Amino acid sequence: MYLASLLSKIGQIKPVKKILFALRKPPHSGAYVQEMLDIIMTVAAFDQEVSIILLDNAVFQLKKQQQPELANLKATAAIYKALPLFGINDLYTETESLQERGLNVASLEESVIAIPRAKIGDFFKQFDLVLTG
Amino acid sequence: MRFAIQVNASPYQSNTGHSAYRFIKAAVAQGHEVFRVFFYHEGIYHAFKHTTPPDDELNLTPCWSELAKQHNIDLVVCISAAQRRGLLCGDEAQRQGKQGDDLATEFRIGGLGQWIEALIEADRVLVFG
Repeated sequence: MYLASLLSKIGQIKPVKKILFALRKPPHSGAYVQEMLDIIMTVAAFDQEVSIILLDNAVFQLKKQQQPELANLKATAAIYKALPLFGINDLYTETESLQERGLNVASLEESVIAIPRAKIGDFFKQFDLVLTG
Repeated sequence: MRFAIQVNASPYQSNTGHSAYRFIKAAVAQGHEVFRVFFYHEGIYHAFKHTTPPDDELNLTPCWSELAKQHNIDLVVCISAAQRRGLLCGDEAQRQGKQGDDLATEFRIGGLGQWIEALIEADRVLVFG
């Protein structure tokens, strides 16, 4: 009930915002990554246009061949698989963040577009809101 | 201008919560409106009512409460982040079959929906920590 009234209220008064989440933390930073993905999915559920860029150690959030269950941890890459259900299809990363860690886009679980560091500033400009986490 | 503020760091983890507090005071003093502060991640530790630092140290929690009362600022603590870390208000503790009521005055427990509403309605959004 509350959610429905909130949604209609927002729909009436404000246009959709283009929101970029710039993530920098590696997986298993406490509950940090999980909590960021919670925010991201909620924003998308409110019909905002959401993109994600993985910078620095955040590229490890999507690295293939992780076995976190062996350490009783949640698989962050698995949460990303749910994102298309929320209409989130635009995943980006920075070319140098991958290179500096001996990775490339093929090392990642999802299909991700790599943007060179020199063009990241321009890339950010297309969004109404950039949220870091 | 209408501001929405997110605080993600705990009071003793870093100064970012304090910076957020000072920013809000300055913004309000210049005639801007800060209508909601959302406490997320480790930021929920700002809302524990029994924080008792030594007398000669700043106790940020009552400062937040005072600020909220003075300027009608909505202090919202994310329910899932709070429950993970053991912060429950009286109602919620009862619902979970637990005892306790640890939420400081002027703070309220809310959901991510309230933060998203703030993101959409604000002219500017700032994340601290």
